[in-house]
Amino acid sequence: MQDSALPEDSSRKFSLEKTLKLTKLRLLLMHFESKVGHIGGNLSCLDMLVVLYHRIITKDDQFILSKGHSAGALYATLWSLGRIEEQELSHFHRDNTRLSAHPPPTGIDDILFATGSLGHGLSLAAGLAMSKKLLNQSGRVYCLMSDGEWNEGSCWEALIFAKQQQLDNLTVLIDLNGLQGFGTTQEVADLSPLEEKFKCFGIDVVEVDGHDLNVLEKTLSKIQRLTFVVARTIKGKGVSFMENRVEWHYLPLSEEQYHRAVREIQSL
Amino acid sequence: MKVSFCQSMLKTLEHESSNVFLTGDLGFMALEPLKEKLGKRFINAGVAEQNMVSVAAGMARNKMRPWVYSIAPFIFARAFEQIRNDICFHQLPVVLVGNGGGYGYGVMGATHHAIEDYGVLLSQRNLKIYIPAFDEDLNALVPLLSKIDHPAYLRLGLAPKLDQNFAIPQYSAWRKLEEGKKWTVLISGSMAGNIWKGIRQSGLNPLPNVWLLSELPIAQLPSDFITDLQNSPNLLVIEEHIAHGGIGQMLATILLKTGVLLNQFETRSALGYPSSRYGSQQFHLKENQLDPDSIINLLKKDILEV
Repeated sequence: MQDSALPEDSSRKFSLEKTLKLTKLRLLLMHFESKVGHIGGNLSCLDMLVVLYHRIITKDDQFILSKGHSAGALYATLWSLGRIEEQELSHFHRDNTRLSAHPPPTGIDDILFATGSLGHGLSLAAGLAMSKKLLNQSGRVYCLMSDGEWNEGSCWEALIFAKQQQLDNLTVLIDLNGLQGFGTTQEVADLSPLEEKFKCFGIDVVEVDGHDLNVLEKTLSKIQRLTFVVARTIKGKGVSFMENRVEWHYLPLSEEQYHRAVREIQSL
Repeated sequence: MKVSFCQSMLKTLEHESSNVFLTGDLGFMALEPLKEKLGKRFINAGVAEQNMVSVAAGMARNKMRPWVYSIAPFIFARAFEQIRNDICFHQLPVVLVGNGGGYGYGVMGATHHAIEDYGVLLSQRNLKIYIPAFDEDLNALVPLLSKIDHPAYLRLGLAPKLDQNFAIPQYSAWRKLEEGKKWTVLISGSMAGNIWKGIRQSGLNPLPNVWLLSELPIAQLPSDFITDLQNSPNLLVIEEHIAHGGIGQMLATILLKTGVLLNQFETRSALGYPSSRYGSQQFHLKENQLDPDSIINLLKKDILEV
């Protein structure tokens, strides 16, 4: 626990790299203690969440985690900002917790919507962005999606709407880790290259390495139009025995695996 | 009723700048004035109801008051998960407007009917249903709905024009349309006018009490309704909706809990498409014995027997 605790004001004291490492360790501990899975997809998007929350999102901005199964990464990121208490993370996924496996509808101010059923988040984000435009409010809306999520037809409905309504205040990040529930994205429902599909709709697309913190920060800070950021990521990033393995969509960590994962993250 | 709805919206939304209207590419020959009046606050979200409902939830989260309009089944059935997860989990003040409740879309066919809508939607604990029976009801309902603090479903139908002999009571959840004896008839929806008219002109002696119910779930039974049931303890519930999850079932539970005893409890509800034949709304109402003649025949037979 001591190794992973992140002191207050970390965003000022630590580099993004250090913040990410400490948050990743806390995420691993949280999942290990709770004996729950979904860790692979949490690790593929954690870098984006840390960059967003520590460098990009301001008080006028809003965020939707469309890939709700990465709630753990969101909780750990909010912890890294001091918005969720250390002690509370120990209740993750247990009885009488605020931190259910997918983001809850009530109880946490930073979470605007319950997500977890895929294909809702982009529409919700589009609604937030649309209302900001109609009400002449400043700030952007950020939506983090999975790649498998694009199997859902409602995502394409939302994309068409966002483009048609010229939602220049909306940034969409896609965690392109290439794995989904029961196989690779190519095996299950091949949409590759996903970025080309988006471009066909006239959407601005930026392709980035989803684990390059500097590139993510630079890219996200420059965006001023409706943009889809396709982030190439690795499921289970940073833990060798998890990387690119579909089973880590589900498996909990054994004690041995947890300690090995911690050693690998600490050595980065 | 959609034209009256549009007129009421024009009057109300002019003064309610937080209200925004989304349509699923519907409203031709009805909503054009609203489109012109609202400008950017009128959004044609295209034929994409799942997205439209979630967009509305997002807008409501930022303090806007969205109205979401489509043909009834395209709202309540197509986008049910969006209604549940995005609107109702968060108790957001979104008004879902379903045009053509019941068999309203007639020969357009079963895909366009909504005979299960309020049964399905009442599974959501904080969503309230509003079922106007007359065009005039919308003058009261639209301003009311523009200020709600909970999810709502407005079920629009096609209401008949009644002549001056029928004094339509001011809108409220419960209204008594006819003073009578022996039987108490409870109706809901836009077929109420025709049944009321049919009963009054039927020659039934005595006439039954006729009540109209326009809001669900049933919060509380009005004391006058209970009194009518005590004095005329033969109850007939008529609804353009399937029995399961319908008003008859709801009322039966409440009556059991409140200890009101009845001699007879009859329901007339939608059976679906028993003959596999399709036609106008009136055709389906007749086939389901929900038309005025069928109701009057039932009452005639039973009033003589009671």
